[in-house]
Amino acid sequence: MSICLSGNEAVAYAMKQINPDVMGAFPITPSTEIPEYFAQYVANGEVNTEYVTVESEHSSMSVCIAAEAAGARSVSATSSCGLALMYEMLYVAASNRLPITLACVNRALSGPININNDHSDSMGARDAGWIQIYAENNQEAYDNFIMAMPVGENVRLPVMSCMDGFITSHAVENIELLETDAVRAFVGEYKPENFLLKKENPLAVGPYDISAYYMEHKVQQAEAMKAAKTRILEVAAEFEKLSGRQYGLFEEYQMEDAELAVVLIGSSAGTAKAAVNELREKGVKAGIIKVRVFRPFPGEELAKVLAKTKAVAVMDKSEGFSANGGPLFAETRSALYDLRERPYLIDIVYGLGGRDLKTEDVEKIFARLAEVASTGKTGDVYSHMGQRRRGQDESGL
Amino acid sequence: MNPVYDLKREVEKPARLTGGHRLCAGCGAGIVVSGVLRALNEEDRAVVTNATSCLEVSTFMYPYTAYTDSFIHSAFENAAATCSGVEAAYNALKRRGKVDGTVKFITFGGDGGTYDIGFQSLSGAMERGHDMVYVCYDNEAYMNTGIQRSSSTPHFSRTTTTPVGSVRQGKIQNKKDLTEILVSHNIPYAAQSAPLGNLKDLHMKANKAIYTEGPCFLNVLSPCPRGWDYPMAKLPEIVRLAVDTCVWPLFEVEEGVWRLTYTPKKKLPVEDFLRMQGRFAHMFRKGNEWMLEEAQQYVDKKWERLLERTEA
Repeated sequence: MSICLSGNEAVAYAMKQINPDVMGAFPITPSTEIPEYFAQYVANGEVNTEYVTVESEHSSMSVCIAAEAAGARSVSATSSCGLALMYEMLYVAASNRLPITLACVNRALSGPININNDHSDSMGARDAGWIQIYAENNQEAYDNFIMAMPVGENVRLPVMSCMDGFITSHAVENIELLETDAVRAFVGEYKPENFLLKKENPLAVGPYDISAYYMEHKVQQAEAMKAAKTRILEVAAEFEKLSGRQYGLFEEYQMEDAELAVVLIGSSAGTAKAAVNELREKGVKAGIIKVRVFRPFPGEELAKVLAKTKAVAVMDKSEGFSANGGPLFAETRSALYDLRERPYLIDIVYGLGGRDLKTEDVEKIFARLAEVASTGKTGDVYSHMGQRRRGQDESGL
Repeated sequence: MNPVYDLKREVEKPARLTGGHRLCAGCGAGIVVSGVLRALNEEDRAVVTNATSCLEVSTFMYPYTAYTDSFIHSAFENAAATCSGVEAAYNALKRRGKVDGTVKFITFGGDGGTYDIGFQSLSGAMERGHDMVYVCYDNEAYMNTGIQRSSSTPHFSRTTTTPVGSVRQGKIQNKKDLTEILVSHNIPYAAQSAPLGNLKDLHMKANKAIYTEGPCFLNVLSPCPRGWDYPMAKLPEIVRLAVDTCVWPLFEVEEGVWRLTYTPKKKLPVEDFLRMQGRFAHMFRKGNEWMLEEAQQYVDKKWERLLERTEA
């Protein structure tokens, strides 16, 4: 069924089709519409989810953790400072191996307060032990959310299903919805082996874990994250049979013969693809890699594809303040280290707090990559794009 | 509810908080928790929630749990939200025919986890009306981290963050009246109790709280031999003096109606309670008589206000 929906409504609709047991709900821009739409489904009797309207995001994640441990499939949605308030609990969810599904509508972190899109919120949570899957558009936001549970519940890790605030969450696009019966069959029932409400066997969750055990538990968590890569691909293959839509760990666009490549995440891929189309017409061998799965990070797979290129720009939509480039750059550069021959690599931090990215901006990046490839000189490996500087009004490139 | 309280019968029930946990000798918390859990009907299941606390780290150190019921701890400040999540799961799964039987939801938090860092979570859960009991075992400071002051620490008390020095001596502020704040949430049942004598008061209130539908709150005084600085064998005596001096009155508020559940035969001077504890030792130094006077005046004022409420 083809329908016009915003990203938020598409995700709320996926939630309705799944009909989860428990939802922890707390408003924050730009994810607020998700609990709003869902509240209407509850009010209309279209779902019979226990809808818990908590007093903070910390409590919404706490409710999800407890409910999931009790044997209930739990979901929530948040953005920005809401995710930051959850950070402590994100670690608890992952370490207790509770496959909660969280819709993260990416927004800049305070301060200064800013409601627009960048990836600083979920990137700040990248080491919390959650699987992170990013959408480029509304269709992907919908599809990713439906794939989240079969992935998370299999490897027993929580999943953060991310989309760009406003750009994706509020823009209305034509998307294809699956039939509810098909979604329910695909997602299946949540059947944990042990849970708090299991009558035959009481369970204790959340121990004080001393150094004699803690490390074993962490290694098990790390192993689960490695295993998630295979599972994500299995679920994607099943999903393709159902929907005809193909998903991988990342998407390659015009990469077969690409000499210059841009690696990025999320909605900017649409802009970058448009730029590549124009450049290809001019004979530039440009390509795009859109990272879909950031955790687990597809390092080996990415290295294999980038090995064939001459110069690569990683575009980070968050500033990690490492003084050494953004988080996507750090991962990508690390992944390339094992190659015998590596492409030149630069990092461009862009779009913070919702600053626009235009096709011209992407074209400029490719022009710079062409220069890097021909001269062998990278210049500033790590730079920012699109900001004004004192006394000048240039793009920053 | 049990029509007649019989301590012998109660203690012969299978323990739901079993022995072998790591709480200190002379600690009130273990007695409070077993006392509350004994008030469950034997056939009913429970899920116990803990805030991070002495109690939590002492009763569930991997891979051993002291609880026979299901148990969950996730963090310090979210015990009430955690309990509400379990209750939400129960409602959802029951509605979908995936769980049967009666399950009760009981949370334990210390005063730090309840009066302070977990206060928002508690207030939210009470307002939402989950069918649960929140039990604060109030030992009047952050004991798990080594005796730091909380908003429950009484005036003048010595803690490691309110030490006794030449300029300041102990805590400057009075204790927060949390029970009253919980009453203001218009919950069906709120009470103040203590592990007194044969534990009847605690048992009856816990039973009422567990089997009253909706959110209920128990604030239970829980002496700590390390933080209060008393010989561990003196625990029962300290509790007795806390209630007989009216420092910790026992009362309940059912559907907004206040009722005293214990009236001392003879109201003892506050000094009698303070003298037994090292945390108040400086109050007995020469020149600090004003501290004892102020402490007495404060208790008298609070007690009179309580009498007005319960007699109205």
